[in-house]
Amino acid sequence: MSELIRIRDLAREYQMGEEHILALRGVTLDIRRNEYVAIMGPSGSGKSTMMNMLGCLDTPTGGEYWLNGQEVSRLTDDELARVRNREIGFVFQTFNLLPRASALHNVELPLVYAGVRARERRERAAAALARVGLENRMDHRPNELSGGQRQRVAIARALVNSPSILLADEPTGNLDSVTSEEIMRVFGALHAAGQTVIMVTHEPDIAAHAERVVVLRDGRVESDRLQRGVAA
Amino acid sequence: MRLIEAVGMALRTIRAQKLKSFFSLIGVLIGVTFLIAVVSIVQGMNRYMVDRFANTLIGANTFELRQRPSIVTGEVTDETWLAWRRRPRISYSDADYVRDRIRTPATYAKFCSDRVSVHYEGKVAKDIELVGTEASYFGIRNYQIEAGRAFTPQEVQNAQPVLVIGHELAEKLLPSIDPLGKVVQIGGLPYRIIGVVEKQGTLFGLSLDKFAIMPFNAPGRRLICPINILDALIVRTDDPTHMTLAMGEAEAIMRSRRALKPWQENNFAFQTAEGALGTWQKISRILFLALPGLVAISLVVGGIVIMNIMLMAVSERTREIGIRKALGARRRDILAQFVVESATLSAAGALLGIGFGLALAFVVNALTPLPAAVAPWSVVVGMALGIGVGIVAGVYPASRASRLDPIVALRAE
Repeated sequence: MSELIRIRDLAREYQMGEEHILALRGVTLDIRRNEYVAIMGPSGSGKSTMMNMLGCLDTPTGGEYWLNGQEVSRLTDDELARVRNREIGFVFQTFNLLPRASALHNVELPLVYAGVRARERRERAAAALARVGLENRMDHRPNELSGGQRQRVAIARALVNSPSILLADEPTGNLDSVTSEEIMRVFGALHAAGQTVIMVTHEPDIAAHAERVVVLRDGRVESDRLQRGVAA
Repeated sequence: MRLIEAVGMALRTIRAQKLKSFFSLIGVLIGVTFLIAVVSIVQGMNRYMVDRFANTLIGANTFELRQRPSIVTGEVTDETWLAWRRRPRISYSDADYVRDRIRTPATYAKFCSDRVSVHYEGKVAKDIELVGTEASYFGIRNYQIEAGRAFTPQEVQNAQPVLVIGHELAEKLLPSIDPLGKVVQIGGLPYRIIGVVEKQGTLFGLSLDKFAIMPFNAPGRRLICPINILDALIVRTDDPTHMTLAMGEAEAIMRSRRALKPWQENNFAFQTAEGALGTWQKISRILFLALPGLVAISLVVGGIVIMNIMLMAVSERTREIGIRKALGARRRDILAQFVVESATLSAAGALLGIGFGLALAFVVNALTPLPAAVAPWSVVVGMALGIGVGIVAGVYPASRASRLDPIVALRAE
């Protein structure tokens, strides 16, 4: 099995009062290591549910999800937490940094839950911040940073545990176009360095940065195409 | 996640919200303050009562054979009082009879006393306790003579009009003159001062140095006791066991001397230091019984406040919980975080409470004659209760936090 992600017939059903909602109706998808994938689709297409599944924040009601050789679709909450901690680096639209903690401390968080000792934690967090060009902002709190800087802190946090996947959910949704380009360049550089990047977005010009675009509609894969020749 | 990190995290959160944290731990603070202060004051009072009150008035390992108890701290009905007054008094021959027959080794002193005025060259010292006793009295009372000497058994035998006076009497009546050899008047009779007893200090703010001691049958004895009658025979032994033995013997001897039938009560009394403490011990026992209740009430209230604060914290920090879960925090990590935060908050309250309690005890110590003695166990108990309340109060909010769905939590505002 050479795929990093192997999804077979993945389904997710929600119960909303009397109504059953089928957010995912059998998605089959393989993603290899070092791919740069954009997942697109209109609202209601199952994009967010897909993102939650990929990020191991939620478990499917049907189908299989193999991540890095491990079947994760039937794990318990705490086992999923371990997988998230080791395999996945999240980048959110709203950054989701702890407001009262310094940039350094925010980046340290995944390492805290990985049980890494304080000194090593600080060193690795500082290195991750340096990697996104924030070595001079380590002691700043999120409200002392610009939107682009905040998103870079979030990227550093996502990278600090060397995850299998960098999973970004509308990473530029709260940023202006100049800053968006800047963040996309960071993603491109990370991908060039070997990082697997999966990005959920509804903006075509953001998706254009990816090598491969998967479009969802009504809980199914509508199209899955490679776009060659895109600058990495 | 290690405990120290969790505590550090909790302290950062508490520091970020100082005022809110302070108000939330006020219940625990009051409870622990109360615990420390009351225990310290009662303990201090206890020690004071034993060391000063009882042992100063009676003396350790000492009892007094009397007509009726001299120190009555409880309620006494009129009938009891009348019955006590109707009892035969202790005579010289009673005292000698008992003394000759007790086989437990002991020291004895016949004792009489009353309040008198002492005159010296136109000056008067009023309200002086004039004690008529034997030479052994100084030893029984542990009186150290700071100037001159105590009187001798020969002087007692010969009823010499000599006085050994208290430190304060010497200072007030004969200021800046050597009192030794001076002659003072008591009830119109001349007495020569032969010694001064070293300073004894105060009891509940009253001086213990306003006394004069003379041989019990010296000329002035009619001022303090009728002829042949004593207030008490003081008996001092080496240790508590001997005291109990000697007291038992004295009781049997007195009963047989007074031909009391088995069903008749003693028509005499024994006064001991412990006896004098009876009422105080009752009060302190009630305080110690009431204390857990009072402390418990404030701790329960404090716990409820903390639980509410933690529930609020959980709902305010739902997104933080979501973030932490997304980054790999397990249920037990979130549970531990909030329980530790609650316990740290409560422990901070307990710590402040200990501080305030000690301060309160210190203030009582400084401003009143009551010495407060801090009981180390109360500090330990206070801290343990503080942490315990925090843990108990934190479990429910923390378990709610730990069960939050990360997807829902991440979407929270």
